Amino acid sequence: MSDILIKFLLAGGTIFIAFNIAGLLTWVERKQSALMQDRIGANRASIFGFKALGLFHAIADVLKMLSKEEFIPAGANKFLFNLAPYLSVVFALVGFAAIPIGNQLIIGDRVIELQAANINVALIYIFAMMSMGIYGVVLAGFSSNNNYAFLGGMRGAAQMIAYEITMGAAIMGVIMVYNTIDLQLLVRAQGDYLMGGWIPKWGIFVQPLAFILFLTAATAETKRTPFDLPEGESEIIGYFVEYSGMKFGMFFMADLIETVLVAALMTTLFFGGWQVPYLMPDGFHFPWRAHIVLSNLPVVLLGVLAFFIKLSFFIWLLMAVRWTLPRFRYDQLMHLGWKILLPASLVNIAVTAVIIIFLR
Amino acid sequence: MENSNPNQQRRLELEKYFDARGPFAYLRLVQMKRAWKQSNRRELTWWESTYIPSVVSGIWLTSKHFFHNLSLHILHVFGLFKDVPAAVTFQYPEKPRPLALRSRTRHRLTKREDGSPRCVACMMCETVCPARCIEITAAEHPDPNIEKYPAEFILDLGKCVYCGFCVEVCPEDAIRMDTGKLNIAEYSRENMIYDKKRLMEE
Repeated sequence: MSDILIKFLLAGGTIFIAFNIAGLLTWVERKQSALMQDRIGANRASIFGFKALGLFHAIADVLKMLSKEEFIPAGANKFLFNLAPYLSVVFALVGFAAIPIGNQLIIGDRVIELQAANINVALIYIFAMMSMGIYGVVLAGFSSNNNYAFLGGMRGAAQMIAYEITMGAAIMGVIMVYNTIDLQLLVRAQGDYLMGGWIPKWGIFVQPLAFILFLTAATAETKRTPFDLPEGESEIIGYFVEYSGMKFGMFFMADLIETVLVAALMTTLFFGGWQVPYLMPDGFHFPWRAHIVLSNLPVVLLGVLAFFIKLSFFIWLLMAVRWTLPRFRYDQLMHLGWKILLPASLVNIAVTAVIIIFLR
Repeated sequence: MENSNPNQQRRLELEKYFDARGPFAYLRLVQMKRAWKQSNRRELTWWESTYIPSVVSGIWLTSKHFFHNLSLHILHVFGLFKDVPAAVTFQYPEKPRPLALRSRTRHRLTKREDGSPRCVACMMCETVCPARCIEITAAEHPDPNIEKYPAEFILDLGKCVYCGFCVEVCPEDAIRMDTGKLNIAEYSRENMIYDKKRLMEE
C-alpha cells in the first residue's frame, strides 16, 4: 500500500515539477530575452498592485487563452483536431517519468529510487515518447483542413524525423561507454572518475562530440529557434495556424515541456544527472585526500539540488540559443540534419566503438 | 584612325554618358558590387564552416549582456549603482522619453501679461498652414495699438501635420509648439478640435 502511495507521490511530484518549470519558462523566456536585449521585459500584470517581476503574466496568459473562443474550422476533422494538442502535451509530459532526479533515498528499511518509473529501458522509453510527439504535429496539420497548416505539419514531421535519428545515434556513444540504457544506472555509472580521480566520468568528458550533436538535434527536436520552421511563431505559417485559445496554448506548453525534458535528458546523459563532483554515497571524497562524511539524506538532497541546478543551466542555455541565433532556411535545415549531423553521429559511434575495444 | 569618324566618336561619347548617369547606372553599380563581393569572397576554413565559433561568439555576446544587466538589476534592488541603467528602454507612461528642445509638439497660444492672447489675428498662420487646420475669427481690440484680437482660434489637431510653419510665420510669437505633449488621443474627431481656451491652458 505504502509502495503505491510513494509511487503516486513521486509521479505527482514529477508532473508538478515539470508543469511548473514549463509554466515558469514563459516568464523566463520573456525576462531572459529582455535582459539579453537590454530591455526590461513583461512587468505590467499586477494583482493588488503587486507586480512580482512580471510573474503574473503567466497567469494572465492562461486566463486570456482560457477565455478566448475555441475556433474549429469548417471541414476540419473535429476528433483529430481536438486530439492533436493533447497528444503533444501528453507525450512531452510522460517522458519525465523515467528521468532520475535523485539517488536512492533510504527511509528506515525502505529504499526509494527518486525516479517516477524505475524502468530498465528508460532511455528507449523516453525516445519512444518523444517521437510520438510527432503525431501531435502531423495530426494538427492534417486535421485543420488548411493547406498551409498541412504544409507546416509536413515540414514539422520531416524535421522531427530527420533530427530524431541523429539524436538516437548521438546517444549511442553514451550507451556504449556506460553499457546501460537504464537511466538510474547510467547516472550512477557517471560517478566514476578519470585522470586519477580529478575529472568526473560525465558524458561531456567522454563523449564531447555526442554532446554537441545531441544539443543541436534536441534543439531541432523541440522545434525552437534556430530550427523553429514548423512553428515560425509569426512569420512562417506553421501547423497550428487554425488553433486558438487554450489549444494553441497547449501546443505552446508542449514546446516548453519538451524544452525542460531535453534539458533534463542532457543533464542526465552528459552532465551526470544528480551526481555532485566528489560526492560519494557516504560523503565528499576529494582527490586531495580530504573527506567530509555525510549521512544519506543530505547526500540525496544535494544530488537533487545539483540536478535542478544543471537543469536550470541547460534551460538557460537553450533560451540563450533561442534568442541569439537566426532561423535556418528549410534546405539548410535538411542539409545540416542529413548530411552533417547524421554522418558525424555515425562516425562518433564507430570511433567510440574502436576506442572501447582498444581500452578493453 | 577609327575615331576619325565623327559619328563613331559621337556614339562612344554617348555610351560613356549613359554608362555613368543613364537609367542603368544603378543596376550597373549593384552588379559591380556583387562582382567585387564574389571576387573577394573568402573560403571559410573547415573550423569556421562548422559554424561553432560564430555560434559560440554570438551566445557569448548575448550572455554578456544578460549577466551584465542581471547583476545591475540585482544591485539596483539593493540601491547600488542606481545611475547605471540596466536597460536602454523608457518606461513610457510613467517616464516619458526626453524630447529634444526643438522638437515640435502640441501647440499653445502665448499670453500677454494680462492673460489675453498675444495673437493679433493677422491670419498669417491660417494662410501658411498647408493642412488648413487653423481657423481664426478676428475681432476689434479695444486698444488701438493692437487693432485686432482673435475672438475664436480653432485648431484641428486631427488635420494638423506638425510642420511648424505657423510658429515660423507668426510675427508676434503668439503660437508655439513647445508644450512637450505628444500623446494626443481622443475618442472622437470633435475632441481633436482645440479652441482658444484649450490652446491657452498651458
